Amino acid sequence: MIRLARTALALLVLAFAAPAQAAIQDENADFTEKLEIGISTDEIAITSDFRGADLTIFGAVDGFDQALLAQGRYNIVVSLEGPKDNATVRKKERVFGIWVNTSSMTFELVPESYSLSSTRDIETIAPPGEMGNMGIGVDHMRLVPLGFVGDGSNLGEFRNAFRRIRETSGVYERDPGGVQFISSSLFKASVRLPANVPNGVHVVRAYLFRDGVFVAAKALPLRVVKTGLEQFITQAAHQQPLLYGLMAVLLAVITGWGASVIFRKE
Amino acid sequence: MTIYLPIAELSVNILIILGMGAAVGFLSGMFGVGGGFLITPLLIFYNIPPVVAVATGANQVVASSISGAITHFRRGTIDIKLGTVLLCGGLAGATVGVWLFSLLRRIGQLDLVISLLYVVLLSTVGGLMLWESITAMRKAAKNQQTTLRRPGQHNWVHGLPLKMRFKKSKIYLSVIPVAGLGFCIGILTSVMGVGGGFIMVPAMIYLLRIPTNVVVGTSLFQIIFVSAYTVIVQASTNYTVDIVLAFVLMIAGVIGAQYGVRVGQKLRGEQLRALLALLVLAVGIRLAIELIIPPKDVYSVVSAGFGF
Repeated sequence: MIRLARTALALLVLAFAAPAQAAIQDENADFTEKLEIGISTDEIAITSDFRGADLTIFGAVDGFDQALLAQGRYNIVVSLEGPKDNATVRKKERVFGIWVNTSSMTFELVPESYSLSSTRDIETIAPPGEMGNMGIGVDHMRLVPLGFVGDGSNLGEFRNAFRRIRETSGVYERDPGGVQFISSSLFKASVRLPANVPNGVHVVRAYLFRDGVFVAAKALPLRVVKTGLEQFITQAAHQQPLLYGLMAVLLAVITGWGASVIFRKE
Repeated sequence: MTIYLPIAELSVNILIILGMGAAVGFLSGMFGVGGGFLITPLLIFYNIPPVVAVATGANQVVASSISGAITHFRRGTIDIKLGTVLLCGGLAGATVGVWLFSLLRRIGQLDLVISLLYVVLLSTVGGLMLWESITAMRKAAKNQQTTLRRPGQHNWVHGLPLKMRFKKSKIYLSVIPVAGLGFCIGILTSVMGVGGGFIMVPAMIYLLRIPTNVVVGTSLFQIIFVSAYTVIVQASTNYTVDIVLAFVLMIAGVIGAQYGVRVGQKLRGEQLRALLALLVLAVGIRLAIELIIPPKDVYSVVSAGFGF
């Protein structure tokens, strides 16, 4: 149910929030450059041997300045953002000799996976302030605590811990050379979907920068879905939970009984 | 070789899961326990979300205890009547346990409670069993006759009312301690995802003085139903039973169990109990160390979808 609700929520966010956001964010009116992107598929299927996937995004910059392009003054950042969910960071402390979770902080609607690809290190593409405003990169991701956080003095340490853990577990990653120009205006970006990728609606976002100033952005949805048996099992578990539980037990009964019959003959 | 688990929502190496299932199955066949107390911590250690590990572990326990119980049934070492009384307590306990599970989850201390329960129970039971079996082995070495059941020696348990005759076990016992034991184990089943055989077996032997030959079969008999009930309740309240993971585990588990039973038959009762005690103690100590030594990272992240 949580998953379903979350997918529905993500779709809603895409449907309503994206156009509103687009009005502010999609283009910087001072520039004439336009950005277009395309992906080969808008759906990734999770099969039983799913081991993660590499996604290639193609894009084109229209109305660019030939001289600036030749000097490498255009930079592109492509991100693949997973479905959002609340995430709780817990901190352990020693209490009477044992390590116990003593404090926690929940961040509101953070992406469950985040893969970033760019023409070069994003810190050198634009000043941190600009990246911060756009919310590009793990370091600039908006981490809004949910509920009461006291005086907020420990906000920084929880945010850092969250970023560090997500990066070391591989669900947040970055590739500072993942975007390449293949001709003067065409570029190719590769982003990675980790094996433990959450299914739901992911969003591919591309940002164009000129001389460290944001020019244009484009977003495309990418659905990650379970198929075949995986899809059937998940649906059964959520829509017919009692029947599913009974089937699980029946399977165990047959396996246990079958084994004792087979091995008896020996 | 990887396999995607639809409920846990991650890809795992199928060979590792098969290996875990076979190893735990072997031990459970050898000692006549369901193996839940081993499989759940192993799955959690392998990054399976704890809620999925608890519920799926219970499903694997159903398969391995059925396989074991059938063997005992053929040999006539199950006391169905005694098992049914245990079961009545067990189902009530499991219901309370599921309620307790969600309460602790709300408070955010479920993992601590589970770890502490494991440490306390495993080290107590393991320690007591080890002590008893070493004493028994010493006596055997001196050629002394050892009986676990000392007929003349009755404890407070045998003074309780509501007595019932259990023909197969050849005992005359109050139903209160039997159902009470079932109740306590039922709580543990749903909170810890274990069948409870590792507590049930010693409690039946030492506390209720039930003859050793019917203890394992009867305990397996009632574990089937309590863990099946837990699976159904977990499936319909938390949607956390991963049928793919459970199936891989139980296939490997039941095969491992058959070989375990054969090895177990070659060993003497007290040797078997000493080995089981060592295993139980080892798991308990391992978990205790985890609570005491400073963790690699004092922070942990859980997503709202899963986790405690």
